[in-house]
Amino acid sequence: MLLSKKFVSDYLDVSNLKIEEIANDMTRVGNEYDSCGPLIKASNLKVGEVLSVEDIPDTHLHKCVVDIKEEKLDIICGAPNVRVGLKTIVALPGAKLPGGEIKKSVIRGYESNGMLCSLAELGLDNKFLSSKDKEGIHEFKNDAIVGEDAINALGLDDEVIDFELTSNRGDLLSILGMAYELGAIYKKSVKDIDLDFSEIDRSIDKEFSISIDTSKCNLFLAKKVIDVEIKESPNFIKERLIASGIRPINNVVDISNYVMLETGQPLHFYDANNLGDTLIVRDAKEHEKLTTLDGVDRILTSDDIVIADKSFAVGLAGVMGGLSTEVLDNTKDILIEAAIFDSTSIRKTSKKILRSEASNRFEKGLDPNRTYMAIKRCCNLLERFASAKILSGMIEYNENNTKEKIINLRFEKINKVLGIEINKSEVVSILKSLGFLVKENKDYLEVEVPSRRLDISIEEDLIEEVGRLYGMDKIVSHFPKLDVVVGSYDKTKREIKHKLKDLGLNETVSYTLISDCEVHKYTNDSFTPIKLNDPMSEERNTLRYSLLPSLVNIFKYNKSYNQENISIFEMGKGFFKENDEYKEELKLAILISGEYYLDIPSKKADFYTLKGIIEELLDYLGYGNRYSFKVSDNIPSEFHPKQSCEIILQGSSIGIMGKIHPSEMKEDVYLLEINLDKLLKNSPSRMTYKDISKYPSICKDVAFVVKKEISSESIINVIKKAGGKLLNKISIFDIYVGNKIASDLKSIAFNLEFRDQSKTLTEEEVMEVFNKIILSVTKEFNCVVRDK
Amino acid sequence: MEENMERENIILKLEEKLESVTTKNDIAQVKAYFLGYDGVVTKMSMKMKEIPNEEKPRFGKLLNEIKNEVVARLDKITLEMEEKELNEKLEKDSIDITLPGRKIKRGSLHPMTRIEEEFEDLFVSMGYQVYTGPEIESDENCFQKLNIPKSHPARDAQDTFYLKDEFEKFLLRSQTSTAQARAMEENKEKGPIRIVCPGKVYRRDEDATHSHQFMQIEGLVIDEGVSMADLKGTLELFCKHILGEKTKVRFRPSFFPFTEPSVEVDVTCFKCGGSGCSLCKNTGWIEVLGAGMVHPNVLEMGGYDSKKYQGFAFGTGMDRFAMFKYNIPDIRTIYGNDIKFLEQFDRKDVD
Repeated sequence: MLLSKKFVSDYLDVSNLKIEEIANDMTRVGNEYDSCGPLIKASNLKVGEVLSVEDIPDTHLHKCVVDIKEEKLDIICGAPNVRVGLKTIVALPGAKLPGGEIKKSVIRGYESNGMLCSLAELGLDNKFLSSKDKEGIHEFKNDAIVGEDAINALGLDDEVIDFELTSNRGDLLSILGMAYELGAIYKKSVKDIDLDFSEIDRSIDKEFSISIDTSKCNLFLAKKVIDVEIKESPNFIKERLIASGIRPINNVVDISNYVMLETGQPLHFYDANNLGDTLIVRDAKEHEKLTTLDGVDRILTSDDIVIADKSFAVGLAGVMGGLSTEVLDNTKDILIEAAIFDSTSIRKTSKKILRSEASNRFEKGLDPNRTYMAIKRCCNLLERFASAKILSGMIEYNENNTKEKIINLRFEKINKVLGIEINKSEVVSILKSLGFLVKENKDYLEVEVPSRRLDISIEEDLIEEVGRLYGMDKIVSHFPKLDVVVGSYDKTKREIKHKLKDLGLNETVSYTLISDCEVHKYTNDSFTPIKLNDPMSEERNTLRYSLLPSLVNIFKYNKSYNQENISIFEMGKGFFKENDEYKEELKLAILISGEYYLDIPSKKADFYTLKGIIEELLDYLGYGNRYSFKVSDNIPSEFHPKQSCEIILQGSSIGIMGKIHPSEMKEDVYLLEINLDKLLKNSPSRMTYKDISKYPSICKDVAFVVKKEISSESIINVIKKAGGKLLNKISIFDIYVGNKIASDLKSIAFNLEFRDQSKTLTEEEVMEVFNKIILSVTKEFNCVVRDK
Repeated sequence: MEENMERENIILKLEEKLESVTTKNDIAQVKAYFLGYDGVVTKMSMKMKEIPNEEKPRFGKLLNEIKNEVVARLDKITLEMEEKELNEKLEKDSIDITLPGRKIKRGSLHPMTRIEEEFEDLFVSMGYQVYTGPEIESDENCFQKLNIPKSHPARDAQDTFYLKDEFEKFLLRSQTSTAQARAMEENKEKGPIRIVCPGKVYRRDEDATHSHQFMQIEGLVIDEGVSMADLKGTLELFCKHILGEKTKVRFRPSFFPFTEPSVEVDVTCFKCGGSGCSLCKNTGWIEVLGAGMVHPNVLEMGGYDSKKYQGFAFGTGMDRFAMFKYNIPDIRTIYGNDIKFLEQFDRKDVD
């Protein structure tokens, strides 16, 4: 909402206040502004008269002598409309225009002491420019006074504030509303609006009727005026419209806009002679057609409200009039409509068709008293500035049953909510300044809310009024006096992130929304994905189930910038639909590729790197010795079938890991995803101290030559069983495949550590167990011990 | 006298021998020459038995003196040699300490995680519980129970992602304020609440300062006597803790359907410190939080007696703080996950 200082000054004297002061004071009471300042941001401009024009050979330029009263200036001008006798805008040297500063200069060898300007050069928005304005320098009327300040002469010596109003304050979308608000701040009273007009001896009732056939209109007023003289608006109307951001058209159209700006009530003027004798307000029919003022054919739905005559729709209520009844230069008789339509319906229609100054006001809700005021104000102005004759009587449909709102406001409640000690007289003074009627009682006030304040309906609303005028900054802050309680957060989730960070991984946060083409990738789970009703793009139309597609995309993105060493993880939700219910599960995904062991550049991350990371994490979380890795048939096709597995905890799968299938990705990229909800359902093992044996350990090495397909895990299981409780630790220190043994065999070398918690072991005791282990393994796998 | 001559000869010989010693082996040979089985001193000591008894103490003393002298001289030269050898070894060990250190793989937490943890830690220290709700929400929890009925104009400000075939029924939450509705619903005793809810939210919006997915944190305190002054104290502390003690905080009346009275909280501009710049549009202030006293309708819809309980709520976008704190100009950088971006967050915050 643009507030013109000149416009609001018609109703409240703010002449002694700077525009910045007004803007800041309004912000302080809750009406934030976006920008403020002079309407025209230019200086040092004068009205000048062209005394002579001389063509400069071989150019389009002219050498002019221009009279600005104090002196006569030589100015070079290229405008096609420059001519002797023309009064125009002269920017003197030193003038600051939006395009830069004007300086004395020499053009084609001729001195130029300024510039002759068009309105566009003053920074006036394009929409206010006539075709003449766009082509050449400004042409003042002959009565313009040479030497006068040009901005004053244009009537644009105004200042404006652009407010960003909150959606509850529809009342401020009017000059009067602004005047009341400013009046409350500065303790000044608002002047009355002039609503006087005379009526002729001819009644509208005999020639016109209305029928309201919808529940979405509860107030509809119409008056008729005849014999209007369509012409240019008086300057004050044009200037106030321009300052308010509305383009002047002709006196009649301008008056409808002017009154809307003053009162906040949108109006519509019909050419009465193109209208039948009845107006019907009804819901539009499905697929009903209407050509709106802008010449566009609109196809309507039953959600829209139309104004129609007996045969067809002539306007889209609250949004835009119809082309067939538009007020044109030859219009003589006018039907004025002032009505209130259902805000929800207008909101829907305008969202679909056009957001206008009018629809914006309907959406926020209107004061019925203003509807009456507005139609009278139209008559007043049309009589004064369009020579209108006003028919007596008014068509009136009023099913509006809003009553006066009276709210009890307790002093104690004010102080309890705001946490202040405000005295009663200050509360009364604030409320009165806002135009509330106040009846004082001992502990409370009976407050009657002015009808324009649709936003006030409960005691807390009044407390806010008191608070915002009292000044939120004046409230002395303190800390809540609350019981001491222990705060808490999800430590496990945080520790997982920190552990993975410690293991050298970078955390990512990517988008939940992905493409439906990707949602089934890197998973074999059968699930119903969740799609959006109205996605922003096909790329982001579905909620991800797995985080892996996002991580793979992050890899590809970084790869495209030649960043190939990637170790990343992400924790986030996966979404799906099950039995008509929306589910979300917390997941953890890891991707590694390229260098991980930075000191050994030749050694790239592989399956075992990733396995080491997840083992570290699971051990850290307290799941040590409770998980395993299982070769599975149920691995998604995007994974390498021979370098992938399921991760099993306590017998059930919690995730998958493996290399990306070479046909999917030519780089060696390793992925892992676990379902954290499933993992964390298992309580971690208790963390207890284990006795450190005081007795020395004895180590033995042995290598078995086994068939290649035999897993190390199966051998370890046999060793463990045979080793019993003296076997303290098993580690693999070498795997050999090569020409020293048969091609279908591999050698796995183990280091076995034996220890007794209660005594020093003897060589004989160890050898007994060691031999038992060798016997068990060679027998179980039908293999031999590799010679040293 | 004769023995004294002997002694002088031995010492002279020792000095002569030690002059050409260069290795520990040489020292051992010298030692053997004098003190060994066939050594000069050893041989001399053999004479003891030929010495008359009354002469024996004197001879013994002389012998000891010679022995001690030899040992002392040998020890001294051994020590000197060891020191020399050690110095040579140290010299050999010399390295170029200006070569770079070995790289160790380092990870990093995402800036949004860092901000989230910082916010959580502050509120946890004030007795708040961190509450997380689902990201898919019902229209009821996201809007209706927050006093935003269907078709309320306030819905326009949050262009929402509804799920397919679920218009005005289910959506990706557009604000973490949904936690208010949930926390009140879930509190069966309808007693005091003190929570913060950080999390992802989604809106149909995308440019340099808006991402369709971003992070908010919502706070809610419900108790019998909490007031606007308490809210003010809490948020002033929050802003100063997060943005620095010098930060000035301004409360400005505003409007949110779920709070009454409502305020917006401005802080002195991050960039210019309040003198006015392009970031703050020359106002010197940046809006960082929305807040207010919980609307009685919201309390009642949550099952709370609004005559007994009052509450305050606040909410803010965490991305904005990350952008300020780490000087990130474009929000899309935060969710771009460029490895060169992520790696930069491997360091401690400045306190």
